[in-house]
Amino acid sequence: MKPRQKRIAIIVGGLASLGIAAALLLNALDSNIALYVTPTEVAAGKAPQGKAFRIGGLVKEGSIQRNDMTVRFIMTDTAKDIPVAFTGILPDLFKEGKGAVAQGKLDAGGVFVASEVLAKHDENYMPPEAKAAVDAAQKK
Amino acid sequence: MTPELGHFALILAFVVALIQGILPLIGAQRNHGQWVALARPAAQTQFLLIAFAFACLAHGFLNNDFSVAYIAHHSNTQLPTLYRFSAVWGGHEGSLLLWVLMLAGWAAAVSVSSRHLPETMVARVLAVLGLVSIGLLAFVLFTSNPFDRLLPAPAEGRDLNPLLQDPGLVFHPPMLYMGYVGFSVAFAFAIAALISGRLDAAWARWSRPWTTAAWVFLTLGIALGSWWAYYELGWGGWWFWDPVENASFLPWLVGTALIHSLAVTEKRGSFKNWTVLLAIAAFSLSLLGTFLVRSGVLTSVHAFATDPRRGVFILILLAIVVGGSLLLFAWRAPKVHAGGNSGLFSRETLLLMNNVLLVVAAGSVLLGTLYPLLIDALNMGKLSVGPPYFNAVFVPIMVPLLLLVGIGPLARWKHADLKDITARLRVAAVLAVLAGIALPKLMGEWSALTALGCLIAVWITASGVFQIIERLQRGGGLKSAPASFWGMHLAHFGLAVFVIGVTMVGGYQEEKDVRMAPGDTVSVGGYSFRLIGIKEARGPNYLATVGTVELSQDGRVLKNMHPEKRRYLSSSMPMTEAAIDAGFTRDVYVSLGEPLDKPGEKTGAWSVRVYYKPFIDWIWGGCIFMGLGGVLAMLDRRYRIRVKSAETVAETVMSKGTVAGTPA
Repeated sequence: MKPRQKRIAIIVGGLASLGIAAALLLNALDSNIALYVTPTEVAAGKAPQGKAFRIGGLVKEGSIQRNDMTVRFIMTDTAKDIPVAFTGILPDLFKEGKGAVAQGKLDAGGVFVASEVLAKHDENYMPPEAKAAVDAAQKK
Repeated sequence: MTPELGHFALILAFVVALIQGILPLIGAQRNHGQWVALARPAAQTQFLLIAFAFACLAHGFLNNDFSVAYIAHHSNTQLPTLYRFSAVWGGHEGSLLLWVLMLAGWAAAVSVSSRHLPETMVARVLAVLGLVSIGLLAFVLFTSNPFDRLLPAPAEGRDLNPLLQDPGLVFHPPMLYMGYVGFSVAFAFAIAALISGRLDAAWARWSRPWTTAAWVFLTLGIALGSWWAYYELGWGGWWFWDPVENASFLPWLVGTALIHSLAVTEKRGSFKNWTVLLAIAAFSLSLLGTFLVRSGVLTSVHAFATDPRRGVFILILLAIVVGGSLLLFAWRAPKVHAGGNSGLFSRETLLLMNNVLLVVAAGSVLLGTLYPLLIDALNMGKLSVGPPYFNAVFVPIMVPLLLLVGIGPLARWKHADLKDITARLRVAAVLAVLAGIALPKLMGEWSALTALGCLIAVWITASGVFQIIERLQRGGGLKSAPASFWGMHLAHFGLAVFVIGVTMVGGYQEEKDVRMAPGDTVSVGGYSFRLIGIKEARGPNYLATVGTVELSQDGRVLKNMHPEKRRYLSSSMPMTEAAIDAGFTRDVYVSLGEPLDKPGEKTGAWSVRVYYKPFIDWIWGGCIFMGLGGVLAMLDRRYRIRVKSAETVAETVMSKGTVAGTPA
C-alpha cells in the first residue's frame, strides 16, 4: 500500500471512530443530564416534567420525619418550601438547617421523590448549588 | 520560631527555583558550561529547602502549635499521632506544599540518576522543572502559605476532618501526587527535546522509565483512593465518576496512551509529535486536576470550603503551561521530521488505535466533567452529569481497546502478518468464547455484559500466557526475555483481573437497605445477617455506637461483624465505619444508618445497609498487578545502558524490533 493510501486509510478510520464517539457522547449526554432547579422555580412550575432533576437548598429546621426506611423533609431556599421523600440511608452530614442537594422527580402530589441525596464531606462546606439557590431567593 | 524558619526556607526555595529555571536554559542555548552545571546543584538545593519547610510544618503538627493557622484548622490535641502527621497534607495549603515537595523530589531524582545523559539535556529538563516549580511555589507563597500565624493562638485546634482520619488517606494523597507530579518529568523531557530540536529515539528512551514510574504511582494512588471510598464513605461503591475522581483518571488515561506511544517512538522513531503532545497533555491534565480539586468549582466528595482567588491563580498557571508549551510545539515541531514507514497492519497501527481509543475516552470523560462548568459559565443554568453518561460512553470505547490488548503484543513492527496472528490466537479465542458462555452461568444469571467481561478477561490472559509459552519455547529460559517483556504481560494480566472484578461486581452484587431491630435477620447473596445488639463505646477521640452483626452461611455461623457510627468529640461530626468481611471471591459489607425509633418507642431498630460484593477485591488486585508490571518494565536493563549516539539507538532497535514478540 502506498504511503498516501495508508494516510487516507488512517484519516478515514480516525474520522469514523471520532464520529461514532461523538454520536455516543451526545446521545449519552442528552439523556443523562440533571438540571439544577431551585425550590422557588419548582413552586413556579418551572421544573422539568417526567425527567429527573436536582434541587438544592437548606433542610428546613424541624421538618425531618422518619417512618421506617422512608424519610420526609422540607427543602427550602428561604422563600419557597418543597416537600421531599427519600427511601434509604441518608449521608452522615445530612442535618436540619444545613445545605443539601437531592436528585429525583416530582410526583403527582407535588412531592419531590428523591432517588439520591448528596453527601458533603466537610461540616463547613455548603454545596454551591444549595448556596446559589438560597442567594437567588434572598435577592428578591 | 520554627514556622518562620519553614517560611524562610520556602522563600529561599523560590529564589533557587528562579535560578534553576532560567540560568541553565540560557546556558544550554549559549554553551555556557558553568550555567549548565548549575542545574543539578540547584535542583538538589531546592529539594532540601522544601523538605526542610515540610519538616517544619510537620514539627508544628506533632507539637500542636496552634499559633499556626493551618495547624489550628486541621489538627487537635486528641488526634492520634499518625493522623497528626498525615494532617500535614489534610488541607489545601499543606497538600500544595506536598505537591511542590514532590516536584522538587522528582527533579532531585532526575539530577542524581541522569549521569548517562548529555549535560545540556539534563540542564534543560531540570530548568523546565524549575519553571514549573516557580509557578507552584509562587502559588503557595502568595495565596496559600501554610505558615501564616493565628494570633492569639487558640488553646485547641479545630481537628482534622474525620473522613481523613484513616490509614488509607495517609497514603492515598502522597501516592496520587507522586503520579500527578511525576508527569512533570515526562513533560520536562518533551519540552527540553522541543527546545533542543532533538526529538529522537534516544529522547524517548530517556523519558520512558520516568513516565512509567509516574504512571505506576498514579495507578496505585487512584486504586488506593477507590479502595478508601469503598470502605470509608459507607456507600459500598468503588467508583462514582465524581469530578475529582475523573480529574485523577484523566491524566491516567492520557499517561497510559503516552507510555504506549513512547514505545513506538523509542523502537521505530515515529509518532514523535504525537508523543510530545501526549506528554504535554498528561501534565496539563494533572494541573487541571489540581485546579478542579483545589478551586471548589465542582460539587464533589473532595470539594472543601475554598477561596476562589486560588482557583484563578491555578487557572492562569494552567493557561501559561498549556499555551506556552503548545506555542513552543507549533514553533519547533515542524522541524522534527516524521520517522519510519510502516504497513497498514503492524504493531504501530495497533498502538495508534490504542492511543486513539484512550484519548477519545479521556476526551469523553473530560467533556462530562467540564460540561456543567461550561454551561454554568455561559449562564445557561446549573446541571449535573451523572454516572450513566460515563458508563454509556466509556464502556463502548474500552471494549475494542481491551480486545486489542490480546493482539497488539503479538504483532510485528513495521509489517504484521494477519494470517499468522489469527493462527496463533485461535486457541485463546476459543477459550475466551467458552469463558464468556460458561463463567456467568457459574455466578448466576447469564447476561451479555457479564459474558463480554469474562470473554475479555480470559482473552487477555490466554493470549498473554500463549505469548509467554511461545517465548520460552524459543529457548534461553526465563532470563532470556527482558524485564519489560514480563512487565508488559504482568500489567496486561492486571487489566484482566481488574475486568473480572468490575464485571462480577457490576453483574452480581446485591445491596439492601433495611430496618433491623435486635434479633432480625436479613439475607443477601446467600449470606444471613442477624443483628445481635447495639452498644456504646469510646475511641481515642470519638464516641461510637457499635453494632454486632452475626454473619452466617447455610446455617453455619462465620463471624461477628462490628459496624460503627462515630461522633468525633472535637467537631461532633458523625462518621460511618462499615464492617467488611473481605474474601478472595467476595466481600460482605455491613454499615449502620441511623436509629429509627420514634419518640417513646424502644425497639432499638436501626436502618442497616448490607451488601454482597463478588470479586470486588480483584479490582484493586488488578491495579496492583498493573503497578508491579510498570515497576518491572521500568527496571529493564536497557534504560541503564549509556547511550552513545541517538541515531544508533533507533537503528539497532529497529533491526531487533522486527523479531516478533519483543515487548512494546
